[in-house]
Amino acid sequence: MEKDIFKNKGEKAFLLGNEAIVRGALEKDVRFVTTYPGTPTSEIGNTFYKYKDKFDYYFEFSTNEKVAMEVAAGASLSGLRSLTAMKDFGLNVASDFLYPLVYTGVKGGMVIVVGDDPSCHSSAQSEDNTRFNILKAHIPALEPSNPQECKDFTKLAFDISEKFSIPVIIRGTTRVLHQSGIVILDKLEKVKQETKFEKDPKRFSTMNAVEKHKELLEKIEKIKNFVEKSKINFVKNKNNSKFGIITSSVLYQYVLEILEELKLKIPVLKLSFFYPLPENLIKKFIKNLKEVLVLEELDPILEKEVKRIAKDVNPKLKVYGKDLINEVGEIRPEDILIALSKILKIKLDFDYEKHRKEYEKIKIKRTPMFCPNCPYHFVFSTIKRVLPDFIFGGEIGCYMLGYYPPYNMQDYLYCMGSSVGVAHGINKSSKEKVISFVGDSSFFHAAIPEIINAVYNKSNVLIIILDNMTTAMTGHQPHPGIDGIKIEDILRGIGVKNLKIIDPIDVKEFEKTLIDFSKKDGVSVIIARHPCVFIKK
Amino acid sequence: MKKFNLIIGGIGGQGQILLSQILANSCILENYDVKTSETHGLSQRRGSVEVHLRFGKNIYSPLVKEGDADLIISLEKQEALRLAYYGAKNKTIFLINDFVIPIIGGKNFDDKYIKESLKKFSKNIIFVPATKICEEKLKNQILSGVFLISYASYKKLIPIKIENIKKSIKELVKPEFVELNLKAVELAKPADKRGYNTD
Repeated sequence: MEKDIFKNKGEKAFLLGNEAIVRGALEKDVRFVTTYPGTPTSEIGNTFYKYKDKFDYYFEFSTNEKVAMEVAAGASLSGLRSLTAMKDFGLNVASDFLYPLVYTGVKGGMVIVVGDDPSCHSSAQSEDNTRFNILKAHIPALEPSNPQECKDFTKLAFDISEKFSIPVIIRGTTRVLHQSGIVILDKLEKVKQETKFEKDPKRFSTMNAVEKHKELLEKIEKIKNFVEKSKINFVKNKNNSKFGIITSSVLYQYVLEILEELKLKIPVLKLSFFYPLPENLIKKFIKNLKEVLVLEELDPILEKEVKRIAKDVNPKLKVYGKDLINEVGEIRPEDILIALSKILKIKLDFDYEKHRKEYEKIKIKRTPMFCPNCPYHFVFSTIKRVLPDFIFGGEIGCYMLGYYPPYNMQDYLYCMGSSVGVAHGINKSSKEKVISFVGDSSFFHAAIPEIINAVYNKSNVLIIILDNMTTAMTGHQPHPGIDGIKIEDILRGIGVKNLKIIDPIDVKEFEKTLIDFSKKDGVSVIIARHPCVFIKK
Repeated sequence: MKKFNLIIGGIGGQGQILLSQILANSCILENYDVKTSETHGLSQRRGSVEVHLRFGKNIYSPLVKEGDADLIISLEKQEALRLAYYGAKNKTIFLINDFVIPIIGGKNFDDKYIKESLKKFSKNIIFVPATKICEEKLKNQILSGVFLISYASYKKLIPIKIENIKKSIKELVKPEFVELNLKAVELAKPADKRGYNTD
């Protein structure tokens, strides 16, 4: 509960994983916070935004995640403790900046929180796995399993960041960040933080990238030593069993629950660092085992590491992993129970197979839809009526719900800032005209370059900007369009000639404009502006 | 006490998250360990939302296992079908709001289908017209959630004292709505005498 972030040292707070991260950063006296909203990390930005006047930090919603990371890095280079939060796709956007940032390192502690969403509870796009970005970047990464660890690991991440002058990732998943539990609080530290950017181009310019690459790998070796000694990687239920489990993140909590239920004392290696891995600890753990089960969501990354390490210390070790558990979708506690029952040949009390068969007979299917009175209803219903035969290009925001019945109007959908780019390619190759949807927050996030490209390269596309004057889908965060930077001014500035602002609720005017603009050549833009029903006017 | 597994399901916008907070706070007042897990985002837009709440001495997993719910509260009737995943014939009680939000662009299910289907997942299915009662008595449908958790407490379907639910409402609900919410709690009180149980 959000208000619990204000409780005192030693008190029990009931916190969402995201709120626990906020509290952890506050306990470390964080001074600079940036984000672009994305679920499952949205509440981090929302909470910092809401209480920005109660603490001593600067906060901003940046235009996109790359910008957010750059801004937070700037603060860190100037000596302040900074934090930036984004979802997995956001890190993809920011990664161009992330890789060189890890080379140069930072000054004030810098923590990057990233939220993955196995099962895509609040995502389209892809079932992404930030672990690959982490490996590519060589950035230290911690994976908490519950809200208490969310708080404690955030603090540790600041310590590691300052000790080794390197940004540190906290990688959560929906089930960690949207899990609430009891957290014991520490005191809010006050730390003197001098703000000065001291010139040091050898360090902060990456003109010597190859040299920096070497330095980074040397730094990682030192961090490995630290990780080997860290108590947050540990073995639970140490004994002489010949079977063990290696796991991390929320799966550790599921494993504890299931072992308790089965009354089994199987040793469990809990890995809280994903990168760098405590290889010696893993070696020690698997050395005397006959079988090990590696539990991780999505791709078998730990599993491959364990197999590699086993070649040296225990080549006969049988490593179970994705042969027994799903690689697609989040792993649930029952999945682990079933996998364990297969290895240990336990007969379970509950007949999962029968239960699933019965459940599959139930065919309920309810898809999300626009809220009652949402202005997007008017946008999609009017276009469907007037111009039903066009190709419809979608992207990310509430308007992606136009994919579902009764509209079925997203013929392709990838990521923010892609609908116009793809539309232009379709138009240049097939001469077909696309109606390309862009949200207001998406416009600022990534659509401007693709619209410039379409104008410059003389495309023929009709762009509908769905301006509901907020970042609605992630919980109504503000964006530059609300505070004085007008979308229409930018469009005029880049040379869009056919431009009209309409209120989609004025259906007649909207219809007329659609018919008129659909016949025009070149890049045409209709800004359909009407506030989201949740925005107070 | 054994661990208690609760699922609250329904449609985005029915207030599941606040309900889970009220109950979690009540659990803390009873000195239980407690964990909840929730879905946000896309599903909030009138899609299906389910909240998991587990409490007992030591809680590790925030998720209720398949077929392992003690109580499933469904704030909408058809959604109970989806939540059957967590139901098991010899364990689970269903407490269902006798209230329908139609499925747009998909198949809808009638009472007969719902009752027949759920029989395989529970021997104790209770329908209560919570939305109707709250609309009639308090002119406010959204209170049906508070009504149902209070009903569950009064009927001892969940081992949480009604005093702690009231206390948590006072702590967590916006001050201007506290009184209305407490009225919904009171409304659930005589439920056992009025025989809402239709099965």
